[in-house]
Amino acid sequence: MSAPFSWIRSEPWGIHVVPADAWVDPGKAVARALVTHGHADHARGGHGATVATPETLAIMKLRYQTGDGPSGGETTPVQYGETIRLPGGVDATYIPAGHVLGSAQILLEHAGERVICTGDYKRRADPTCPAFEVTPCDIFITEATFGLPLFTHPPIEGEMAKLLERLAAYPDRCVLVGAYALGKAQRVIAELRAAGHHQPIYLHGAMEKMCRLYEEHGVELGELRLVADTPKDDMRGHIVIAPPSALNDRWSRRLPDPITAFASGWMRVRQRARQRNVELPLVISDHADWNELTRTIEEVDPQETWITHGREEALLRWNQLHQRRARALALVGREDEDE
Amino acid sequence: MEQFAALLDALVFTRSRNEKLRLIAEYLRATPDPDRGWALAALTDGLDFPAVKSSTIRNIMKERIDPVLWSLSRDFVGDTAETASLLWETAQMGENGDSAPPPSVSETVAALEAMNRKSVVTELPALLDRLDPSGRYALLKLATGAMRIGVSSRLGKVAFAQAFDVSVDEVEEYWHALTPPFAELFAWAADGDAPPDIANMPTFRPFMLAHPLEETVVDMADYAAEWKWDGIRVQLVHVANDSGGETRVYSRSGDDISATFPEMLDALTIPAVLDGELLVRGNVQGGEAGPDKQGGAASFNALQQRLGRKTVSKKMLAESPAFVRLYDAMVIEGEDVRALEWQDRRRRLEEFLPRLPASHFDISAIVEAESFEALAEIREGTRDDAIEGLMLKRRDSPYIAGRKTGLWYKWKRDPLLIDCVLMYAQRGSGKRSSFFSDYTFGCWNGDPDMGAELLPVGKAYSGFTDEELKKLDKHVRSKTVNRFGPVRETDKSLVFEVAFDSVHESKRHKSGLAMRFPRIHRIRWDKPVHEADRIESLRSLIRD
Ligand SMILES: [Zn+2]
Ligand SMILES: [Zn+2]
Repeated sequence: MSAPFSWIRSEPWGIHVVPADAWVDPGKAVARALVTHGHADHARGGHGATVATPETLAIMKLRYQTGDGPSGGETTPVQYGETIRLPGGVDATYIPAGHVLGSAQILLEHAGERVICTGDYKRRADPTCPAFEVTPCDIFITEATFGLPLFTHPPIEGEMAKLLERLAAYPDRCVLVGAYALGKAQRVIAELRAAGHHQPIYLHGAMEKMCRLYEEHGVELGELRLVADTPKDDMRGHIVIAPPSALNDRWSRRLPDPITAFASGWMRVRQRARQRNVELPLVISDHADWNELTRTIEEVDPQETWITHGREEALLRWNQLHQRRARALALVGREDEDE
Repeated sequence: MEQFAALLDALVFTRSRNEKLRLIAEYLRATPDPDRGWALAALTDGLDFPAVKSSTIRNIMKERIDPVLWSLSRDFVGDTAETASLLWETAQMGENGDSAPPPSVSETVAALEAMNRKSVVTELPALLDRLDPSGRYALLKLATGAMRIGVSSRLGKVAFAQAFDVSVDEVEEYWHALTPPFAELFAWAADGDAPPDIANMPTFRPFMLAHPLEETVVDMADYAAEWKWDGIRVQLVHVANDSGGETRVYSRSGDDISATFPEMLDALTIPAVLDGELLVRGNVQGGEAGPDKQGGAASFNALQQRLGRKTVSKKMLAESPAFVRLYDAMVIEGEDVRALEWQDRRRRLEEFLPRLPASHFDISAIVEAESFEALAEIREGTRDDAIEGLMLKRRDSPYIAGRKTGLWYKWKRDPLLIDCVLMYAQRGSGKRSSFFSDYTFGCWNGDPDMGAELLPVGKAYSGFTDEELKKLDKHVRSKTVNRFGPVRETDKSLVFEVAFDSVHESKRHKSGLAMRFPRIHRIRWDKPVHEADRIESLRSLIRD
């Protein structure tokens, strides 16, 4: 009998599941990848085989040609709640993480030991994906993107109300919302619809395919139009959604006097918003805030917590103050998503 | 406090000046006294509460939250007040906050004023408990006096004038005589009461300003000319009062800069309001005597060492003593002379001058010229670095605040020109944030055909039309060879003809030179870069 948990290793390129020779969210091409969700710091192309939820596989096909043709590798879809047996006697179960469409925590079981890789997650309700499920385990491998006690995300309803108020106050302008193209954009649209906003919403070209993909997976987004197909004046009084990189780009010159908004957890810090020339910061995040991170650790109550990426120092400190075992992993290539 | 907090939040994220003015004006109209007065003071000059410092907030926080978590958070945010406002709820660690309603601005100010170093530890938290995160941010910003939200004192006064449809010059005139919460100012502007009585207050009066001369030609029979000096325009005010008298030095924008130039305070002891150019003595760069034997003024560069200081060392006072070269007067020996014609005011000022210490005052000489052409010739001939150009004043002009057409003109010296090569570009701000509109350019450090390099010599972001800006932006985007954060390095293929007022030695730049007021004069799309100027050519334009 080998030492406890010797079958799971943290390497710079990802979490290595040794008996199965599989990697969780590897940062380089590997023979077998277990992928939590489609964001670029977790998913990439070129793997021999990719195991993920059907939604994540669809996203990876769109973004990285995963499973598309002979060079795209093999794909194994796993439904939420489903368990698949990997080589070497490792079971993998995909559990909703509540982060974006298709996002999953991966529960790995071997020799009676249970390890969960959360990928990215949040605990708030999100109309575009099922909610995070608390699952007991021995080792809990968590993210810590917003792992500082100052990050407490406000209820999204209030942020939507701010956005709609501003829109109504300036009927001759448009509100340009910067939102990450995978997940944030669709969540913002769905929340706007839930708040009773049924006007057409205008999209930057880079958003279109991902929005269609969400719709094909049953997420209703209402009437979407492309900025490129629309005369400037028709967008007055409307909401336009674009990737954050387009906010201050010359692309925005085709919009009618835009009010610049940005939907991101970073917007809680005023200087961050000012640095990006944001006039309307919307504190909307698809990651767990400080209270969600710490509450989740308490609820899961693992023997040990490993922290993959984000502001791991503060979360380590919290674990120490609460007599919980924790360590930070030095993974490469995990940057703050332009969240 | 909620409305004030909402105003601060809106101001933080507003780029447009007009929108800022509108927001402040709206707040001032909608808010009752004395809240709006305190808010106006906080936005403009700031309020000072000795018991509350950044370190006070830090100490309060470290009692409530683990010091390591505090430091990590503070490092991330970069601002103590904001970090505390964001951490407050988490820091309570489940304790139930006070449920009293949020305090008003004046209640907050009264509470902050009453605090001492001991009581602040319990009383500030009690206030914080009654506010939401925006309210806490506003409270802590108000308490520590450092708003840093991009609202200048002037902007606040313009907003006030706009809110109540009164003249900003009048607001300026009363402003310095009153203290927060400015009850008389609001009573006058909002309720139509009599204006505040400022006769015996050492208060700032708005300057009379000049238009650029440009193509205008004036008749020297109607106008007088005097040198325009390259220092800072100041107003010296002395009033007699119960405590013997008070002197103040104000900058052009009405900021009280008395502490920066303490030697001027003792120099004026007769009730007067004087308008002049503050210069420092120097014989190194400025020359001993300029035209008409006027001189002794060092270049602007020397004066720069003394600007912006709150305290001045003895050494500095000895090495670069300040003096004022008078242009005009608003009050002489307690009598308001603003309604007099310029020639009468000038005569009164000349008569008054001997009563002032010659060590600290002289008068800007009148430049005698029979005709405009003769004046132009004199202007061409000046090489004194402390001279910026000429002022032309209508002989019968009263002293009127602001810029009135036809009364005063400034006629600057022709700019110097040099051909430089565009090296780096950066995005502008505000309306220009989607354009690369800030340019760094350089000159050759030798013969470009023999492998010389370009060294940066200056930066400019003006002097071109919107059409030209579009072309420049396109040029930068298509010729980028490197990116350093927000900065783009271009392939160095474009020549700018750069205009500037002067050039001097500078250790701050690799080229060893720094230009004053550089701007793009012409874009030389046609000119090959190897024909751009060399560093030596720029150096030869230093005027000593
Ligand atoms: Zn993610
Ligand atoms: Zn991530």
